[in-house]
Amino acid sequence: MDFIIISLIKTAIVAFVLLTGLAYLQWIERKVLAHIQIRVGPYRVGPHGLLQPLADVIKLITKEGFVPSHVHKLFYFMAPWLAVTLALIPIAVLPFGPLIEVFGHKTFMELTDLRIGVLFVLAVSSVGVYGVALAGWASNNKYSLLGGLRSSAQMISYELPLALAIAAPLLLVNTLSFREIVNAQDGYWLGFIPRWNAIPECVGFIVFLVASFAETNRVPFDLPEAENELVAGFHVEYGSMKFASFFMAEYANMITVACVGTLLFLGGWTPLFPAPYSNAVPVLLLAATGLVLLIAGSAPARKMDKYTFPVVGVISLGLALIFAVSFLVPVVQTILMALFWFTAKVLAILFVFIWIRGTLPRFRYDQLMRFAWTILFPIAMLNLLVTALAVALTSK
Amino acid sequence: MTPFFFFILAGFAVFCAISLVSQTHPIASALSLVGVMGALAVLYLQLGAEFLAAAQMIVYAGAIMVLFVFVIMLLNAGAEQEARRVSRLARFVGMFMMAALLGIISFTIQGQFPNMGSVTFGAWVGGTAQEVGMLLFTTYLLPFEITSILILIAIVGAIVLARREV
Repeated sequence: MDFIIISLIKTAIVAFVLLTGLAYLQWIERKVLAHIQIRVGPYRVGPHGLLQPLADVIKLITKEGFVPSHVHKLFYFMAPWLAVTLALIPIAVLPFGPLIEVFGHKTFMELTDLRIGVLFVLAVSSVGVYGVALAGWASNNKYSLLGGLRSSAQMISYELPLALAIAAPLLLVNTLSFREIVNAQDGYWLGFIPRWNAIPECVGFIVFLVASFAETNRVPFDLPEAENELVAGFHVEYGSMKFASFFMAEYANMITVACVGTLLFLGGWTPLFPAPYSNAVPVLLLAATGLVLLIAGSAPARKMDKYTFPVVGVISLGLALIFAVSFLVPVVQTILMALFWFTAKVLAILFVFIWIRGTLPRFRYDQLMRFAWTILFPIAMLNLLVTALAVALTSK
Repeated sequence: MTPFFFFILAGFAVFCAISLVSQTHPIASALSLVGVMGALAVLYLQLGAEFLAAAQMIVYAGAIMVLFVFVIMLLNAGAEQEARRVSRLARFVGMFMMAALLGIISFTIQGQFPNMGSVTFGAWVGGTAQEVGMLLFTTYLLPFEITSILILIAIVGAIVLARREV
């Protein structure tokens, strides 16, 4: 009974955070892209456009769900459902923190710990291509069909380097469970360099990042939805919630990939510095942010800064206070520290995703394929072989 | 609880298999086959063969069937017309023949292995990735390598055949 109640609570929290995160990731992306291009981005709905995701959701839900007459009805409706379901499933096996004890109940900070967690994520993401391929085909439109075909070919091709890049750190940690992978990365070399897989596996990490851009159909590999060639690619015939489902699936895939990268290569929730120092990092960081904002708000350069800067500053100081108080309650501190470091790393990877989108132009299709098979795949293979050799030589 | 899940999944697998044969559209048939493979993967998982279940999803459902769907889309194959009418008598007799064939198979298995016992879910724990890997690289190394070479030959053959006109 305990198990069911705890699982329900955890599921509710994870689902709420994930879905809110999806909506706000889109806000973050628009803001970051806007600032890269010297614009302001969403600004009208709420302060600094903070309510824009909400407005978008309301708009997409209340829009008329128009169905074109020339589509294959069953597959047309099945495709967005498949895409979003398969994109949301992997979060169930990703851990966010260590074993915690709340009110006498011991529980892991994750929904389930699978012994084959890594394989599970790979399996679900490899089936995820059906959503895009079906959408392209069922729309019965040449642009969407081309988008769907491009996407299938691209995802099949980039799955190989991705799987090989994931296999290399697995050789180092010798397990397939995400929890044990993170535990194996706990600790420090020479007392201060974190034992993250990204350091011995830097080549693998780069290959993983590049391949995951392609797997999530992101710039510079967003050929399936290249606007200037294919109108909008595979989802050209979709509107309202059906279009939103594809959108959600794309962002959910981004979050999944960032989480997997964090867990496999960046040590999950293990802090960057040894524990006594790292626990003070969020307090100092948030307090400094708050103070800077309060000082900047007292001499505002723009009219609205008089209100927005002090508000955000007070929120930062409040968060700093929460982290500071948590020093008195070890349980809360464990939870908060794990969440802080995990979120920081995931957001860092997501920022790289957005940064790349703001920087690089789109590849041409033949370049994309040649890059996968003649550059990325051999590098990933070589990296795996070298890692295997090193592991074989160093183990007794 | 486990027999309950077994019947749901087995029912789903059989439903998908029937749909695979009876659908007229190739894409629908291919997707039904994916459904069969997914149901089988979960059944493997229940039997304790977790690595096999993941491999089934990644290799069959995620790679091979995606290629099938890909090719069907490229050829843009439409729904097929019923080629020629099968007589009603043949269908009727066919069902009984099918039942007879299944009966003979189960009778033979029962006769050959009289004390096999029944399947127990979750009792077997030898299906982890480590154990499968150990078996593949020790006991079954030779068959494993021979299979790899066979697949390599098939790949080379496919490339040679595809490039013939150049």
